Amino acid sequence: MTRPRTPRRGLAALAPFLWLAAFFLFPFVLVAKLSLSDIALAIPPYAPRLDPSEGLAGLATFARGLDFDAYRHMIEDGVYAASYLSSLKFAAIGTGILLLVGYPMAYGMSRCAPGMRQALLMMVVLPFWTSFLIRIYAWIAILKPEGLLNALLAWLGLPPVALMDNDPAVYIGLVYAYLPFMVLPLYSVLERQDESLLEAAADLGCTRFETFWRVTFPMSLPGVAAGALLCFIPMVGEFVIPDLLGGSSTLMLGKTIWTEFFANRDWPAASAVAIILLATLIVPIIIYQRQQARLLDAR
Amino acid sequence: MKRGPSPFNFASIVLGMAFLYLPIILLVVFSFNASKLVTVWGGFSTRWYGALFQDQQMLDAIGVTLRVGLVSATVATFLGTLAALALSRVGGFRGRLLFSGMIYAPLVMPEVILGLSLLLLFVAVGAPRGIWTVTASHATMTMCYAAVVIQARLVSFDKSLEEAARDLGRTPIQAFIEVTLPNIAPAVIAAWMLAFTLSLDDLVIASFTSGPGSTTLPMRIYSQVRLGVNPEINAVSTLLIGLVATGVIAAYLVQQRRRTADTLS
Repeated sequence: MTRPRTPRRGLAALAPFLWLAAFFLFPFVLVAKLSLSDIALAIPPYAPRLDPSEGLAGLATFARGLDFDAYRHMIEDGVYAASYLSSLKFAAIGTGILLLVGYPMAYGMSRCAPGMRQALLMMVVLPFWTSFLIRIYAWIAILKPEGLLNALLAWLGLPPVALMDNDPAVYIGLVYAYLPFMVLPLYSVLERQDESLLEAAADLGCTRFETFWRVTFPMSLPGVAAGALLCFIPMVGEFVIPDLLGGSSTLMLGKTIWTEFFANRDWPAASAVAIILLATLIVPIIIYQRQQARLLDAR
Repeated sequence: MKRGPSPFNFASIVLGMAFLYLPIILLVVFSFNASKLVTVWGGFSTRWYGALFQDQQMLDAIGVTLRVGLVSATVATFLGTLAALALSRVGGFRGRLLFSGMIYAPLVMPEVILGLSLLLLFVAVGAPRGIWTVTASHATMTMCYAAVVIQARLVSFDKSLEEAARDLGRTPIQAFIEVTLPNIAPAVIAAWMLAFTLSLDDLVIASFTSGPGSTTLPMRIYSQVRLGVNPEINAVSTLLIGLVATGVIAAYLVQQRRRTADTLS
């Protein structure tokens, strides 16, 4: 029996809606506005500022002051384009490695006995609960030139490896930090798979590999898509990993925003980079949101 | 006929788990190292824990982090529960698409963008930055996680129980508090814990939105880590890991027992 919908039921949405409108949606308007402003030696360090006391005349002065200088500067200075491309590259390759590492893990877990599955699932989630920053920091002690990895290699009589302050170090950090985000969605689709389909494939003469490739894998594609989006989107804007493991030569947009903001005090430039990052991610974010909504409705 | 894991599956699980846990285990082990060098084992010692409790700045940062975490997780769970109810119970209302978009987007949005936009908001409205701006920012970020966790539970909850309570004369709020809330309580608790942990962990958003006197623990750790590997950080990390692992395992065991009880009855 469905109760006739009354307008009052929507009231539950009101408080979170207003909160998100104020603290999530509205701030983006401010970022967009600031990206069109000029850097100024003032606090806050940008101009023009909207002065409500001047009324319409103030609004006109404000609008005249807006320009695309920050964006023009970004096109002219090659470092932004380089860091943009490099961010996409890190995120794309990182997502690829995560799929290769995460899929066999998720697949193996889904084939375990139920009790074991629960325990393994718990083990995958547990690192997610411990601090991200601390886990990345732990890698510094392992990877740095005089770190544990090179001590182990020296003990084995092998030459040392350079895995710090370079791109491979960033990939290690990315794969490490995002592995649970890849394994969980993959596991959830693989675990729900209808076993009779596998039996049918076997009855029709498929080998184990053929069954996997022609039945299991295509059916797990929603999980692949969810895992890839869940890792790719935040990785493009990642700051902590390239900053701590990548050294000064690694360029990523998250790091660029941080540097422009905190080191160069160039708020308009930081905002312009943020807007471009957001514009790049808006389509994957919408796809992700649709998928999540569909997944929950289907349950 | 579900086949068991093949040797390849088994190896990938073992290697994957080793990859996930080895750094954490090494960090814990070396927090008890008497030597300041990572590669040299100087014998078992708790001196870095001693140093930690002498470090006033670190203790202040822990205090700030706990206060921010407790308040923001509570606000986030409250708002997240309402949001989850709206998402799962109310079919179509004006702006539903926008609303669900605002719930899911912060889950994946890079933190630098959230941090920067929140800071600009506080500057624009002239709010002095400090512990309250960090708290509000964390509540914003974590309420979306809370909403998703609680919604997953609400979807599997039999709506007719709440409707029965309504037919027996309960107001919607009474029915919710007496029937629905006890049923979704595990998810609400899990959501609170998740929100608290995320707040405890956040460096980027806190760095943008904090002001003088509101340095959080991750910010403090970050500034120390940049200066090089420091055994005191190992000690504080080990304490954090121990705290969180205990909490998560306890929550897991409670849920397991409940599940066993459900199956038995």
